[in-house]
Amino acid sequence: MFDFASLTSWIHDTLSSFMPAWLTVTTECILIGVVLLLAYSVLALFYIWFERKVCAAFQCRLGPNRVGPFGLLQSVADMFKILIKELISLNHTDKFLFALAPYLVILASMLAFAVLPWGYGLQVIDFNIGIFFLIAVSSIGVLGILLAGWSSNNKFTLIGALRSGAQMVSYELSIGLSVLTMVCFAGTMSVGGIVEEQRDLWFIFSGHIPAIIAFIIYLIAGTAETNRGPFDLPEAESELTAGYHTEYSGIHFGFFYLAEYLNLFIVAGVATLLFFGGWMPLHFPGWDTFNQIMDYIPSVIWFMAKAIALSFVIIWFKWTFPRLRIDQMLSLEWKYLLPINLFNLVLMVLIVAYGWHF
Amino acid sequence: MISLSISNATLAIAAALTGIGLVALALWLAGLISPKSFNPQKGEAYECGIPTRGESMAQFHVGYYLFAILFLMFDVECVFLFPWAVKVKEFMGAGLLSIAIFFIILVLGLVYAWRKGALEWK
Repeated sequence: MFDFASLTSWIHDTLSSFMPAWLTVTTECILIGVVLLLAYSVLALFYIWFERKVCAAFQCRLGPNRVGPFGLLQSVADMFKILIKELISLNHTDKFLFALAPYLVILASMLAFAVLPWGYGLQVIDFNIGIFFLIAVSSIGVLGILLAGWSSNNKFTLIGALRSGAQMVSYELSIGLSVLTMVCFAGTMSVGGIVEEQRDLWFIFSGHIPAIIAFIIYLIAGTAETNRGPFDLPEAESELTAGYHTEYSGIHFGFFYLAEYLNLFIVAGVATLLFFGGWMPLHFPGWDTFNQIMDYIPSVIWFMAKAIALSFVIIWFKWTFPRLRIDQMLSLEWKYLLPINLFNLVLMVLIVAYGWHF
Repeated sequence: MISLSISNATLAIAAALTGIGLVALALWLAGLISPKSFNPQKGEAYECGIPTRGESMAQFHVGYYLFAILFLMFDVECVFLFPWAVKVKEFMGAGLLSIAIFFIILVLGLVYAWRKGALEWK
């Protein structure tokens, strides 16, 4: 399998051969920034196209098919359209907080995006507390949403932001606890380490029943965390117009839209990392020929394929389940998912500590 | 790891600056090419077409605070459990017992909140 670390260390050696150390670090940081920026925007544009195509397929429509092959350039055209829309300055908002909110939302998704393992040796930040860092930075997004709703000074945005805040903090518990369950099993919090642990068998296969329960809970909580699918009551258009971003216009609205799709990818990417081996090819112990054939597929393709397949499932939810009411949404989390999750954690600890299999 | 010579903190700062740069760059670009026109109606709140009545900072359900406090309790629990979760196998006996006591106290907290009706949305 191609090791991207050889590519990056070649860049590092080439740069450091004619530059002083501080300039090398600066250039590399700028390079990383440019790569992140490109990956972030291309992926967001792809995801917008992908969701529209999938939605169209579920409703027996064609979806975007005019601009470019299969309508692939539709979201690029939409991006240009949104750039030339007027940024309306409102006379009743809290100007500073109103401008700050999109920064926080994008910042949260960008930091979480940088932690994901893209391929063998292709990872920007590899903390030894990687997965913990990921949970920590993704909760900055809630602040952005609450600020957006509050500073807009509008009844609908306020109610939308509060609903969204209540939903995101509640389901963050489930995400945290199911990640905790898998950390117990993996014995490490480093993202690279978790992927390495799945060299022989993905956690969804090797983790017994608790891993499967944790995966289902993670998927439900992840859908809620991105304000999608049956959990889109913060932006329930028939009651709250567009929820917390009602007052945002033009590219300001575009940031929330971008972050929403990137969060979908991040949720799918973390599920891939924790349960489906990250970039690790499908390996089964003992099947040597099969494992070698699987190794020929590049690691980036493994990661992207798994993440996109999982996001397809999350988009699928949206077209299968009706929207929940706020009391149903909260009782689902606090009366069902949380107790199940706590019980599941105990099960996993028993398996890890005493080796009780069943 | 992309480069062995850069510390993770530097990389995290670089990623954060990239995020801020993305917003700043797009806003600057939009400011250059987007049209600007003035109309007093545009500055009004987007509610339902007629002028807004009353305070926009309306009263909202107290239940949101209740769930925020419950969240705080369980999230802190989660944060405390993470360092132990990495070393479950090493901390058998005494470690497992002390975590079990900590865990049971928090589960009792959830049971108490449930019995008190804090989880109902009234």
